[in-house]
Amino acid sequence: MGAPVEHYPQLAYVDHLPSGSRLWSQHYLLFLEGVTAVFDGFTALDISAIGVEHNELRVIIGPNGAGKTTFCDIVTGKTEPATGQVYFDGENITEVSEAEIFLRGIGRKFQTPTVFDSLTTYQNMELALPGNQKVWPNLFAKERPEERDRIFDILKRVKLDDDAHTEARFLSHGQRQWLAISVLILSRPKLLLVDEPAAGLTDAETELTAELLLELKKEHTLIVIEHDMDFVRHLDARVTVLNEGKMMAEGSMADVQKDEAVIEAYLGR
Amino acid sequence: MTDRAARLVRHRVLLLVLALFGLVGIPGLYFAKVIDIETVNTLGRYLTYAMVAIGLDLIWGYAGILSLCQALFFAIGAYAMGMFMAHQYTSLDNPAIPQSLYLVYPFEIGETSADAVLPWFWVPFKSFPVALVLAICIPAAVAAIIGFFGFISRVRGVYFAILTQALTVGACLFFGDNDMCLCGTNGLSQFSTFLGVDLGSEKLKLVMYLVSLVSTIGVYLLCRFIVQSRFGRILVAIRDDENTLHFTGYKPHQYKLFVFALSAAIAGLAGALYIPQMQIITPSDMAAIESILIVVWVAVGGRGTLSGAILGALVVNLLYKNLTSPIEVFGLRMWKPDYWPILLGAVFVGVVMFLPRGLLSLPGRLKERKSKVPNPTPKPVEAK
Repeated sequence: MGAPVEHYPQLAYVDHLPSGSRLWSQHYLLFLEGVTAVFDGFTALDISAIGVEHNELRVIIGPNGAGKTTFCDIVTGKTEPATGQVYFDGENITEVSEAEIFLRGIGRKFQTPTVFDSLTTYQNMELALPGNQKVWPNLFAKERPEERDRIFDILKRVKLDDDAHTEARFLSHGQRQWLAISVLILSRPKLLLVDEPAAGLTDAETELTAELLLELKKEHTLIVIEHDMDFVRHLDARVTVLNEGKMMAEGSMADVQKDEAVIEAYLGR
Repeated sequence: MTDRAARLVRHRVLLLVLALFGLVGIPGLYFAKVIDIETVNTLGRYLTYAMVAIGLDLIWGYAGILSLCQALFFAIGAYAMGMFMAHQYTSLDNPAIPQSLYLVYPFEIGETSADAVLPWFWVPFKSFPVALVLAICIPAAVAAIIGFFGFISRVRGVYFAILTQALTVGACLFFGDNDMCLCGTNGLSQFSTFLGVDLGSEKLKLVMYLVSLVSTIGVYLLCRFIVQSRFGRILVAIRDDENTLHFTGYKPHQYKLFVFALSAAIAGLAGALYIPQMQIITPSDMAAIESILIVVWVAVGGRGTLSGAILGALVVNLLYKNLTSPIEVFGLRMWKPDYWPILLGAVFVGVVMFLPRGLLSLPGRLKERKSKVPNPTPKPVEAK
């Protein structure tokens, strides 16, 4: 099962209790236990236990093929794990469908920002407003001031308010990333999974993205998947290192950087 | 923004002027004997084509659904109204059935003309209101069935286009079969009157032109209302990235089903207005090529702009009307009708290559070239 995970020392003890994992799942917002994902005989992910606290900003790093995206797929219900259990907000969501998991409060920003190119920034936000997804009301829907205020509130935070009426295709890559994140925030998710927010950004944009994530941390629980090390240092968060589908280390960035195995597998290269 | 608002106002004023010209100018020119009734009649028919084009633009230009069976919906509407009209001209040998049907009635061996019976599905079309409602509702229902199975199982893009094309080819064969009692490949053509008025009368042709124009304006306004609502923005989102829309809690197939059925209903209404003006409808009107032509009109006029669809339908058809007769210059045969498909192909390729947003974008493109305004580029973001 790989190297022992020192940050869940009580786990062995808890295992003896019938309600063990239940206790842990109550403590953490997101708790994965014994999760493996197997594709055509290849084990892409093999995690004994991982927990993310309420209002925590957690960074998951790892080289290519470490299982980061598989981790996201399992949490969001896109992939069903071969074994193990996934708990979110105290409930077992292992078998729950993708759409239902989204409604329960896990939002995911994909690696490539998914925004609607032909719609303006504002219209992109408008479509993501929760509770407006029925067909008929949308024919006669009028803009409500409180919705407008809420949208501009968020757009100001990501510095997109000046581009509210620009079509998304004219936004820069960084702006599209922030728009994708803003769209997620609208649905007030309890947990935000942010997949490679800094990929392909300029230094200035990366810095702004880091600021944005730290700002979001005040109100949301965040899991950031990243392999840009400078960016991760900016975030100053608890880091989980994945390698070849297994959890290699967990701790602060400083701790992780001292870990021999991590240096060899990832940082040293 | 103000520039855009000004352009919108100009656009609206232009449309209003055009609508007024159609409502007052064309009848005026007719009464002044500048144009003959056949020109008015032709325009009336082309306006029904424009309605079909608006419907296709709604689903293709906005929601990205490429349907290759709009001509089928148009023809169903025309058949429905045509069956009503056929009832007005019954056979002399057997007054129980319309002449159109009598001519190609599938008699069994040994049957005489008196044995011909009116098939049950011809009966409702004896009433004008019922025929009109059916002309709109049958295409909508057919579209709803195609859409329900197609969209639920997420058939998209070219696969949906192929599916619809296969269906229209099938329907063409179905309507062409004598045994179906739909008058076979002859189609419906034996008419005398429409709502008590002689079909040859100039009054009827003028009135039908005006009804077609008003319906076109109505359909245009309805579709514009839809694309400008939040519903319209959802359609655009479906075109851009349907999968992401799923992820935000929408059910895109419901939206697609609605607009597809609506576009079919519009095509059905157009067909019902077309038949009194054309006085013939045959299965060849629902052949695969007819639906592809509608796509060409919309592409030429400007996909994703409802007024572009009207423009494309009128321009292509007026070109067709004027260029399918020989033209002689200085006694030389310069133009043969045979050249038409080549020209149509050239127009289509030319628009796709040089004017991807259609004829409607031509004025804007010319202005842009004059003032050399560069395309807007993404703005880089400065760190504070």
